[in-house]
Amino acid sequence: MPQQQMSSPGQGQRFDWWAAPAAATASARPDRPTPPAAARPVPSVPVQPAPVPAAAHAAAPAVPVAGRATATDSTEVYRAVQGSEAFQEIRRSYRAFVFPVSSAFLAWYLAYVAAQAAAPDLMRSPVAGPFNVAWLLGLLQFATTFLLTWLYARNARTKRDRAALGLRWDTQDQLR
Amino acid sequence: MTTAMTTATPPPVAPAGDHHDLAIVLFAVIVLVTLGITLWVGRRGSAAEDFYAGGRDFTPLQNGFALSGDYLSAASFLGVAGLIALYGYDGVLYSIGFLVAWLVVLMLVAELVRNAGRYTLADVLALRLRRRKVRAAAGGASVVVTLLYLVAQMVGAGSLVALLLGTNSAQARTWTIVAVGGLMIVYVTVGGMRATTWIQIVKAFLLVAGSVLLTVLLMVRFHGDVGELMRQAAQHSGAGQRYLEPGLKYGATSTSRLDFFSLGLALVLGTAGLPHILSRFYTVPTARAARRSTMWAIGLVGGFYLMAIALGLGATALVGSAEVRHANSAGNTAVPLLALVLGGGNGSTGGVVLFALISAIAFATILAVVAGLTLASSAAFAHDIWAGAWRGRPRRRSLLRRRAVPASRPSGEAGGEAQSEAEGKAQREAGERQEVVVARIAAVGIGAAAIAISLFAQQLNVAFLVGLAFAVAASANLPVLLYTLFWRRFTARGAIWSVYGGLIPAIVLVTFSPVVSGTKVALFPGVDFHWFPLENPGIVSIPLGFLAGWIGTLTSPEPADADRFAELEVRSLTGAGAA
Repeated sequence: MPQQQMSSPGQGQRFDWWAAPAAATASARPDRPTPPAAARPVPSVPVQPAPVPAAAHAAAPAVPVAGRATATDSTEVYRAVQGSEAFQEIRRSYRAFVFPVSSAFLAWYLAYVAAQAAAPDLMRSPVAGPFNVAWLLGLLQFATTFLLTWLYARNARTKRDRAALGLRWDTQDQLR
Repeated sequence: MTTAMTTATPPPVAPAGDHHDLAIVLFAVIVLVTLGITLWVGRRGSAAEDFYAGGRDFTPLQNGFALSGDYLSAASFLGVAGLIALYGYDGVLYSIGFLVAWLVVLMLVAELVRNAGRYTLADVLALRLRRRKVRAAAGGASVVVTLLYLVAQMVGAGSLVALLLGTNSAQARTWTIVAVGGLMIVYVTVGGMRATTWIQIVKAFLLVAGSVLLTVLLMVRFHGDVGELMRQAAQHSGAGQRYLEPGLKYGATSTSRLDFFSLGLALVLGTAGLPHILSRFYTVPTARAARRSTMWAIGLVGGFYLMAIALGLGATALVGSAEVRHANSAGNTAVPLLALVLGGGNGSTGGVVLFALISAIAFATILAVVAGLTLASSAAFAHDIWAGAWRGRPRRRSLLRRRAVPASRPSGEAGGEAQSEAEGKAQREAGERQEVVVARIAAVGIGAAAIAISLFAQQLNVAFLVGLAFAVAASANLPVLLYTLFWRRFTARGAIWSVYGGLIPAIVLVTFSPVVSGTKVALFPGVDFHWFPLENPGIVSIPLGFLAGWIGTLTSPEPADADRFAELEVRSLTGAGAA
């Protein structure tokens, strides 16, 4: 399995992908402006992020990488990666967060909109000074939006970014 | 002081004073700066990747500003604040839907679309469902959505710029629409995505800076007492306490409440189907950058709407609802009027400067948004309809044959393969160059069409048109996108049914709604053929879009292609092979 995946740019340095077409097609661009250096490939150091790629290596059957992968080969690679434990874990952690949270915030928003029609008296009841329940719930919508944005980003950063990046290099390796 | 403002009978903005001269100068500066950006940035590259995706090298912060720039149209800046100034709490309700919608974009769409597509929404579908009909359907729906949105913005621009310049004549409106349309065609054809993105960034920065300035001045005026601001607003709204309660605008009848629910549904689900928002995610290098730009956008949009609420309340408290309504019945000039008062009132230097500044920002907003829309529309036409579906028929067959031959050959004939690969690459590049030419021509055509429709539809309500564009996006684009990304069994027939099953009901229901006929403010006020009671079709057409996709998939003669779904899933979640 080739380890030399990219002639990667230094941290924060711009990299001209057009000047290096070979590298550009072989690997993807690094996520340039990211604060944690966690998943970012460092120049000339073989990419070995976390234990995940190892798992992927184990799970994905070694597709003969002789020259360029043909159409059927790439289909097999994608099927194999899809079936791998590493990918299923990424998929699970994504769906397990996104589906319940999306249903929850959509329900909360639609309930809030429907409440104007269904329970206007409740919405009118005062809370403090000129504030009433309607204003309170409206501001809470802002608050939950910001909160869920932060929670989602944290979930993605801690649960799947590193694994997804590892699997990405690995898949592209096999496709080459 | 405030009592003097509300009891004064002559509207402070009606006579064309000297503050309009300064506004004209600033408008000219905006036009020159944006044209300068276009010429400067447009030279940097003219490949398909530059034209559609701005070279994919924007940072998340830049793209976050550009996303909020694309999203915060003049309808938001002036419209939402104006609605709040006139209807209080019901205007607030409107703004919340616009913000919550971004959670759908962030969680379900942004990263996956970035990984799976190249330039447009239809790319994502085409990765899995390789049918020309799917591409044509999705591209067509994108063109319809962007055109509706474009007409909304240009109609708004016409009345708004004329108003800000102090003339309200029909001729001024007409010329404004033509001029704005001409400028947007220049931005897009010359500068492509790169110039459009930089214009959005500049505009979003100006917009946020202007809002912060006004909000700070407002808060200083009220010594930071939000309760006092709300009390004063209620006092000068003419509606008393009802101003701060739900129902002033949307609570009259159960039909209007249902209409608002329909609008709310369209707003929250429509954003994730807006082509000009989706194509923004292709301007950053990775899915993670797409996520981070969405987070910036949520921060900026959320912060902006919080300020818009304060400014709307401020306009009511300091200018008064009656004055706001007198200057423009939709409340669109509430913020400029507030700027005039906060700067020191009519005639004072501070008031004149602030009024001109805010008007110029509103003008920049209009220009930037129409440019983004024209670009998305021309991309959908050239990349999806022309290159993907129309030109695709003969070319695709030959490509397939070419691909099938080396696949059946035993591996080892590397020479022949490399040759065909180089040939294919050259052919692809030639095709893309041709495609960009078509996109530039399409931008001219779409711009001209938008100008023509806008001139015809000048009396239509801008907020309604925006709501309609969101409803069509939510009905035609979102179901097919979500099904494609998440449903294993989804098929090409499901996709086609889903697009048309959302698009057609949305258009038909609007045609037979009170917006088109049967009321005094309708498009055809003289006749009455309406039978659908709501103005916004979302509550019916969005479920229909999902339902049609589901039924189409179930009745599909062929099963879903598991290989293609594997490719889409792996690519969308890991970023393997992303453009």
